[in-house]
Formats: sequence, C-alpha cells, structure tokens
Amino acid sequence: MTAEMILFFIFGAVSLIGAISVISFRHPIYSALSLIVTFFSQAGLFVLLGAHFVAAVQVIVYAGAIMVLFLFVIMLLNLGTLSAQGALTGKLKGVAVVLGILLAAQGIFIAVNAFTDTEVGSADAMERATARVTNPIETSDIGELLFTEYLLPFEVTSLILLAALIGVIVLVKRDNQTES
Amino acid sequence: MSLEYYLILSALLFTIGVIGVLIRRNAIIIFMCIELMLNAANLAFVAISRSLGDADGQLFVFFVMAVAAAEVAIGLAIIVSVFKHRETINVDEVNSLKG
Repeated sequence: MTAEMILFFIFGAVSLIGAISVISFRHPIYSALSLIVTFFSQAGLFVLLGAHFVAAVQVIVYAGAIMVLFLFVIMLLNLGTLSAQGALTGKLKGVAVVLGILLAAQGIFIAVNAFTDTEVGSADAMERATARVTNPIETSDIGELLFTEYLLPFEVTSLILLAALIGVIVLVKRDNQTES
Repeated sequence: MSLEYYLILSALLFTIGVIGVLIRRNAIIIFMCIELMLNAANLAFVAISRSLGDADGQLFVFFVMAVAAAEVAIGLAIIVSVFKHRETINVDEVNSLKG
C-alpha cells in the first residue's frame, strides 16, 4: 500500500460520498456544497495523476466560477421555499436505480477488461510511462500543444464562449422587454 | 497504481450522475449531475493521458471545461427565465412542449 494508493482511496471515497450527497439532499444548496467537495477531491486526484495545471483549473473554474454561478442562481430563485421539488418516489425510483447499477456494472466491466491485453492497461504501465517520458507532462508542454497542434480547437472554444455570452444576454434581454 | 482504479472511479461517478438525472426533478440538481458526469469523463481523460505519457488527454479536459462553462451559463439563464414565467423549475411541471 503506497502513499499514492492511500491518497487515491481517500480522495476517491470523498468524491463518491460527495457525489451521492449531491443526488440525495433535498435542498439544492446542500447539493451544491456537496458538489464543491466532489470537485475539490477530483482536483486532488488530478494532482495524484501529475496533472497539476488541470487540478488548478479544476479548482478555479469548477469549484470557483461554476459553483458560484450555481449558488447565485439557487439563492436568486430562493428555492428553499419550494418544498415539492424532491426526488421521484416508489417504483420509478427503483427502476432508475436498478438501471443505474446496471450502467455502473457495464462501466466497471469495460474499465477492467478494455485494457487487459494492451500495454496501456498492465499493472505498472503508469510507472513505466512516467519512466519512459524523460520529463513528465508539464504545464509548458500543455501550453505548447495548445498553441500549435490544437490552435484551431482553441479558437473554436473562444467562439463557443462568445456564443454562450450572446445567448445569455439575449435570454435576459427578452425577459426585460416582456416585463416592461 | 494502475489505470483500472481511476477508470472504475470514473465509471462510478458517471453512474451517480446518471442516476441523479433520472431520479431528481429539480432542474438545477439535474444540471449539477451533468457537471458530475462531465467531471467523471475528465478524470478518465487525465488517467489515460497519464498512462500513455501523452499530454493530449489533458488538453481535451480544457475543452470539456470550456464547453461545461458555456453550458452552465446558458442553462442557468434558461432556468431563471423559466422560473420567471412558470414559478417552478420542476421538470415534470414544465411540459409545454409535450406532444
């Protein structure tokens, strides 16, 4: 049991507990706070995987910006006062959970079997990959790839964000016109 | 520490997100579950990127994050405007498009 393994199980358990809390709390605020816990422990997992920049962006973008947006909307709509917005009940919920467990079984089956006969999936592939690459993936490598090989997707991403910005403005503006 | 552990964790997180979308009727919590699923995919990307010793997987994570940010902004704006008109965000009650 190496230190990496112990940390993996701690972060993994925390992120699973956080995820289960997201779907089981009745009040959206508690769900949002559990989601922040999940995001932080996933940032820990990214650090374990050596992806430090991804971990930093995870904390800044997800745990920072996106969750602030969620909490802001929850508080703006004052959803705590609306009581009848819980989960499904009875038979439908059972069906959903059974289907979910089947999906999980499929996912685990794929995760265990997909890479068994390949070089990627062998038990010490990660150690060997780290050893083979003389310097592990660093932020400078990511920056270099982003502005050379992936320049077009990067620019398209800026268009997506621009489209989102304009879309949000249009949605809000239309509301103002109908009210006035 | 083999790749399988990370992929299994990723599959479990994705499944929890799917179950959340299926059983919850609150639009905001459904959105949170979509974020959960996107994050599970990110975890698989980074784990496989590490296992291959290749930085491409980490780049895809940034694109996924950008799409997630755009999606959340639009989605929450839609939720707010639906709430203004209908006084509810229960997805079972917002059924004007039902055939």
